[in-house]
Amino acid sequence: MSRDFRWIGKPVLRVDGVAKVTGAALYTDDMQLPGMLVGKILRSPHAHARIRGIDTSRAEALPGVKAVVTGPDAPVRYGILPVAEDEYPLAVDKVRFVGDEVAAVAAVDEATANRALSLIDVDYEILPAIFDPYEALTRDDVKIHEEARKANIERQVSLTFGDVEGGFAAADYVREDKFFKAAASHAPIEPHSALAQYRDGKLTLWTSTQVPHYVHRTLAKVLGLPAEQIRVIKPALGGGFGGKGEPFPLEFAACLLARKTGRPVKFTYTREEVFLTHRGRHPMHMKVKTGVRKDGTITALHFESLLDGGAHGSYGVVTLYYSGQLLTGPYVIPAYRFDGARVYTNKPPCGAQRGHGGVQPRYAFEVHLDRIATDLGIDPLEIRFRNAVEPNTRTVNELRITSCGFKECLERSSRKLQWTERRGRLPRGRGIGIAGGFYVSGAALPIYFNPMPHSSVRMEADRSGRVTVFCGASDIGQGSDTMLALVAAETLGIPPEVVRVVSADTDTTPVDLGSYSSRVTFMAGNACRAAAEEVRNRVLAAVAEVHEVPADQLDIRDRMVCVPGNEGKTLPFSAAVVLAEARGGPVCGSGSYTPPKLAGSYKGAGVGPSPAYSFGAYAAEVEVDEETGVVKILRLAAAHDLGLALNPPAAEGQVEGATVMGLGETLWEDHAFLDRGQHASPNLLEYKIPTALDVPHVESILVESVDPEGPYGAKEVGEGSLHPSIPAVVNAVYDAVGIWLHEVPITPESVLKALKKRDKP
Amino acid sequence: MKVIRFTLNGDPIEIGVRCEEILVQTLRERLGLTGTKQGCDLGDCGSCTVLMDGLPVLSCLVLAADAEGHDIVTIEGLAVGEELHPVQQAFHEEGAIQCGFCTPGMVLASKALLDRNPDPTENEIRHALSGNLCRCTGYTKIVRAVERAAKSNQVCSCGDKP
Repeated sequence: MSRDFRWIGKPVLRVDGVAKVTGAALYTDDMQLPGMLVGKILRSPHAHARIRGIDTSRAEALPGVKAVVTGPDAPVRYGILPVAEDEYPLAVDKVRFVGDEVAAVAAVDEATANRALSLIDVDYEILPAIFDPYEALTRDDVKIHEEARKANIERQVSLTFGDVEGGFAAADYVREDKFFKAAASHAPIEPHSALAQYRDGKLTLWTSTQVPHYVHRTLAKVLGLPAEQIRVIKPALGGGFGGKGEPFPLEFAACLLARKTGRPVKFTYTREEVFLTHRGRHPMHMKVKTGVRKDGTITALHFESLLDGGAHGSYGVVTLYYSGQLLTGPYVIPAYRFDGARVYTNKPPCGAQRGHGGVQPRYAFEVHLDRIATDLGIDPLEIRFRNAVEPNTRTVNELRITSCGFKECLERSSRKLQWTERRGRLPRGRGIGIAGGFYVSGAALPIYFNPMPHSSVRMEADRSGRVTVFCGASDIGQGSDTMLALVAAETLGIPPEVVRVVSADTDTTPVDLGSYSSRVTFMAGNACRAAAEEVRNRVLAAVAEVHEVPADQLDIRDRMVCVPGNEGKTLPFSAAVVLAEARGGPVCGSGSYTPPKLAGSYKGAGVGPSPAYSFGAYAAEVEVDEETGVVKILRLAAAHDLGLALNPPAAEGQVEGATVMGLGETLWEDHAFLDRGQHASPNLLEYKIPTALDVPHVESILVESVDPEGPYGAKEVGEGSLHPSIPAVVNAVYDAVGIWLHEVPITPESVLKALKKRDKP
Repeated sequence: MKVIRFTLNGDPIEIGVRCEEILVQTLRERLGLTGTKQGCDLGDCGSCTVLMDGLPVLSCLVLAADAEGHDIVTIEGLAVGEELHPVQQAFHEEGAIQCGFCTPGMVLASKALLDRNPDPTENEIRHALSGNLCRCTGYTKIVRAVERAAKSNQVCSCGDKP
């Protein structure tokens, strides 16, 4: 493994660290513009209702109210997926969940805006609502979306790979289990915020989005404005996790009202509105059936999933496909069948959340695999080694596996908790468990068909020796700006602190598709490296010409261009840039990344392929109180194969954060609704995300398989690192007290119930 | 409306506030100190933490009028010029910052802890920060940062001794 890096692999300080630690970083809600109005959204109190009419006259007459908009002001359908454009900026004809957006007002202050909302009269005809996904599968008399061909099914999918029947016939043992994973929500600490300004026919939107490019093109469509008159800027962003990964009503409402009033308008969601906006983890009902030989080798797998999608499509079709497509690793599955469906229900829409689509099936399969191992008397670690996927192979559903450090992840996480010595040997109430996982480093296909690169970087070196990286990539807190500075610095031989990053501004930066599907380091990193190489070549060619030495003998180290063996000819990088600029104008480089063609040969093959996959294996140690049912996580060793750690503390931070998010979902998080569709816990007191007291010090282990196509060998780290945490804990609970938990979260109630069942079967 | 006087980051402030105005609004919207964040307005997340007479308070639960006569420190008041406070420095160097939205509240809560307990255990740190939610880091590096700040503080105070 090459370790010959100047900055890569060493701790690099975040480029925005000082601004964030001093409070100087500007988030969208921190911005004020002269004459700015406050926007507020009126939401539906009903889960399902027809809108007979809306009377906004009383609201408009209220002094201080500048404008009101409703659905008919922009009756244009949109959706993050072209196959699911089933949303309007504000409801047209119908509302589909409690909290659905109906009207928006702009007023001189928040109190006036809120008062105006109470003066809007909406005439609703209440319709029967569906909250249960099984009911949604069959009920034809209630249609949440008229377009659904059968009942309220948005999409159904069946995929078969290899000889599934033959695989089960060849098995010595077949086991079938059912699982349920409850909904979870992203709960970023920054609520969504959007500020629009309309001036001289040009619209500027500052917004807390993970996907400026998609917001840009959707705004053009919905507002009927040419894209070149719209500018989308993402200021500092306070956490996304998928929850800010598509266009939202506040963005359209801010733009519509700014255009209507001629004044800037800012919307910031309340915490309750963040929960109602949702787009989080789908509740998923799952059935897993696996055939194995006596030694634990898997012969066939059949997986079924039912996704409770909520009121709109969102990313759901992709979630559905991922739920099936990402079960063909990190174990070799010779034959596989997947049947899934996503249905509409009258609840806030589910969408993409960290680890998208694969988290629920991963929990189910890893626990199921432990049950098989237990039934056969095989060590759970051993059954994983026996079935582990190898590098440079292809899965049964045609996913191309290149670098793969899965076995090393198993080894290192299990060793950390002394698996061999301690599994099955701890005192009653204490246990350890293990689980694996894998995930995409960016989707190989874009969300909508287009021939552009998935990520592009423009780079310019100036006479001061400073380098500026322009890239559409959206730093949502994961540190992509720092990653870009680091890759540029390493490639150019200059320190990261002299690289300035301009990102996520549709006017000034080339396209990057956004921060989703764990794609940014891989794709923007590769684009950045290519752009930096071009700048480097320009600079070195100029120096080579002036000093009459071959360019390939030159090197840039620590901001100096050096000629090996001839120190007299060494000159500062800044002087070299001046030479290059004198010979051909501004010293620019451009680089882009487009994934190779990876999609398989069958219908539905578009979801799952990625230029590289991360792998992980986590070992958890828990303590279960048999009196109270409370599960305490004592230790968690998280080994994640990320290809190469460009900036180790940043990578560890991703593993630690994702793991803890997974622990929250394991123990507490349940994005639930009351019987009429009201959100059960739309605040951070009742929707319990982990506090510092609830979780252990996560022991992150970075495994480096050095990916052949990743930037300097790197691949994803931010999402796959959530996958193994849930099943590792659930499997540890079995080791502690001998119960299997087929529903997550594992509340004290469910633990007590299972303990009772264990004692009196 | 009531005119109140208080100290803000060392400076005297005199400002008229509405009776229902909360401190976080006064700081962010009227005084332009947007380093104090609003994550929930319900006292659940801790993002709006400021120090009142050295103790952490949630500025979304404090009426602006109640700041009368008190000493308020926000995140903007910690660094001296370009020199970061040791807690800020430690957060930056330890990689304890991701999205940064909880950071101002975390830093102030940590400073308040170290001011009253210069050598806290991991458990004491976790207790002191349990009212400040972070969704990005999993808290591991935040706890390390506070330990690091404690250590650097001790080094400083030892160095002061003759």
